[in-house]
Amino acid sequence: MTGELELVVAEAEELFRDLRLGAVRRWKEETGGLAVGYMPIYVPLELFHAQGVMPVGIFGGGDQLEIIRGDAYYQSYICHIPRSTIELGLNGAFDCLDGMVFPAICDVVRNLSGMWKLQFPDRLVRYLDVPQNFDPEVGGRFYRAELESLAAELAARGAASYDASRLRESIAVYNELRGRVRDLYDLRRREPWKVPTHELYVLLRASVVQPVEASIRLLDRYREAALAADERRPMDQARVLVTGSFCEQPPLGLIRTLERSGCYVVDDDFVQIHRWMECDLPTGGDPLASLVDAFLADSVASPVRYIGEETKGRALLERVERSGAEGVLFCAPSFCDPALLDQPMIVAAVEAAGIPWTAFKYAENNGQFQVIREQAGTFSDSIKLWSD
Amino acid sequence: MTTPAEAVPEVRKDGSQHKQKQMIADHFSRLARAPRTGDKCVYTFVPGNLTELLLSFDLLPVLPEINALQSGMRGKSREYISLAEKQGHSEDVCTYVKCDLGMMKSGNVGPTGEKIPDPDLLLLSYTGCFTFMKWFEILRQEYGAPVAMLHVPYQGDGEITAAMRDYVVEQLRRNVIPALERVSGKSYDEDRLSELLARSARAEDDLVWVLESAKNRPSPIDAYFGGVYYIGPIFTAFRGTDEAIDYYRELRAEVEQRLADGRGPLAPDGEIEERFRLVVEGPPNWTSFREFWRMFADEGAVVVASSYTKVGGVYDTGFRHDPARPLESLADYCMGCYTNLNLPRRVELLSRYVVDYGADGLLVNSVKSCNSFSAGQLMILREVENRTGAPGGFIESDLVDPRYFAASNIKNRLESYLQMIDQKRQAGGTA
Repeated sequence: MTGELELVVAEAEELFRDLRLGAVRRWKEETGGLAVGYMPIYVPLELFHAQGVMPVGIFGGGDQLEIIRGDAYYQSYICHIPRSTIELGLNGAFDCLDGMVFPAICDVVRNLSGMWKLQFPDRLVRYLDVPQNFDPEVGGRFYRAELESLAAELAARGAASYDASRLRESIAVYNELRGRVRDLYDLRRREPWKVPTHELYVLLRASVVQPVEASIRLLDRYREAALAADERRPMDQARVLVTGSFCEQPPLGLIRTLERSGCYVVDDDFVQIHRWMECDLPTGGDPLASLVDAFLADSVASPVRYIGEETKGRALLERVERSGAEGVLFCAPSFCDPALLDQPMIVAAVEAAGIPWTAFKYAENNGQFQVIREQAGTFSDSIKLWSD
Repeated sequence: MTTPAEAVPEVRKDGSQHKQKQMIADHFSRLARAPRTGDKCVYTFVPGNLTELLLSFDLLPVLPEINALQSGMRGKSREYISLAEKQGHSEDVCTYVKCDLGMMKSGNVGPTGEKIPDPDLLLLSYTGCFTFMKWFEILRQEYGAPVAMLHVPYQGDGEITAAMRDYVVEQLRRNVIPALERVSGKSYDEDRLSELLARSARAEDDLVWVLESAKNRPSPIDAYFGGVYYIGPIFTAFRGTDEAIDYYRELRAEVEQRLADGRGPLAPDGEIEERFRLVVEGPPNWTSFREFWRMFADEGAVVVASSYTKVGGVYDTGFRHDPARPLESLADYCMGCYTNLNLPRRVELLSRYVVDYGADGLLVNSVKSCNSFSAGQLMILREVENRTGAPGGFIESDLVDPRYFAASNIKNRLESYLQMIDQKRQAGGTA
């Protein structure tokens, strides 16, 4: 790896591994602003930014955290991310957060919002209910009321009041970030050897725990260095799409394992927040309406969104097509209701399209990947040997 | 072959139990006849069910959760779940879903031995349970039936706001009612809906009286094991009907008599002599329902209040269906179901039950299948303990997967918990 690439990736990895959120603490010291955590998958980052609040992505403790108290809050059959999140809340890692927002992902995260209210009664705790009705006059009106209420709640906690012109500016900033992330995904799709997924992943994780402007600069530096990395040459790997990892994130070791086993990951749903909207948002007009309309019309087809009359799996097949993936890896956290309930329907669509697939599960704190390495390696070999 | 000596002892039941069993059997028979009678069937869920609205269009509700629990009680769920898992459904997810799918793949035969017809409409009332949404996406793929989606917002801040109510009402007006009109071929009749809602409120009054009778000592009812029979009609296909009014009037009279006689609740093996009064959080296990109940009854443990009997509507905090504001009232009903309450509200409700019903403690039956109930229960337990001083107990099982019903483990934990309560009593503690 060249010097700059190495530096950028190391910087990103340090941010990613800093569970005590050092960058957030520094930003608060410098600005005196509020910082509010959010769980995956989607929250309107622009609104926080416009009110001078730093939104902080809380994606669990990964494989670096020993769970001491968190397990006392959950039964064995519940996924891992809430127990590590509680652990981090209790061990002081989130002392720098003035609040937490829990978007509508599943019943576990939903109930975690209530647990947070009980555990941290003095902080802002907000369950963000996003509409499953996508009619602008119905779901749109409801979502707008949710956003207005969130804005008022932030202001009541000391954030700047809602201001439409500032929100338009914030939308423009996040459009830039989304554009950078899209570019990197495009580059990886075209030349996956230039943008290994374990690097892209730590960049994305870094991008949710530091100010957005810093994230844009980091992504720019990485892109430039990656493009210049001529020593990175293509290898005979299978191109795969990884799906199911949108909430509890896989450990970095698992992503490295997939790559070492002979897979180029050419599309995924890791840290999906900057790709939740498939287009840039308008920077003029009523900015709240822009957030609402984009959510209703441009959100990705996620298992946490109701798919009305559309054919289940169609969106994934389109992603397979666009990314040039040769196979699909269903890679879901254990006990993840949205991913695992969705999976058989998507598998049916993938099978009907004649696309090879395999499936395995993980927990964010897994440390042993030999079985997955063998499975993914066999899958990759089978694609290379027997696919058309 | 069973010899007389090996015969299973006769199960003792109240008259109301026989009546509700007959009502439900008749409903399944009516469903079975639907292809011949031309009745249309709408699949929907218990929490947030819109029974009065369906009945106002002469549509027949089918509740897959009820089918699943009936399969569990009939010993069919193991093979149904196994079938669904063989077809790729994860061992980690809700067993109601897998049981329902397995039943469908096995011919969709209901508890009366007759085939349940395919849905003419899937009414996805997405209330208090994420899995519901996936469940009906799966059924849509299986049946190819149209879906009417009603997204019911969660009470994240423990209250129903005007925006939340408007959202539900608008969906009812713009999405649900037109879908029901299409499938029934009939126009929406708000007067008829109001008549049905007025009947609901009458039945709800009697249900609440019955549930609150457990404040007496001894309690004349068991509000968990017995309670599941009591909620049967009102949580399924009968809310808004004269049959429901009659059932709850008779039930109330039966309980009034039991109260006047100073008698305790009737369990399958006979009357329970009350030694412990418990509040129970979480659904029961259905695959070993009678064995599960017997563990409590043998120890003289009577459940005086439970959260499960609020899953299809919380009426004992004052809510009644209101004929004067039909759609708004249905919206409030949906949003007020137990699993749509946030955890602080659940803690408040359970703490109030412990105090108001003079309970010795809160026991959680945590079921693997249901994250809506289960995620956070350990914290609920500690919070209720802290607020009431009454000790908490914890057991684990599942709804309809017999692999997760470990009888000796549950019995040991229950006995230990009751011994703890006993020791605290002897030591002069709060229990």
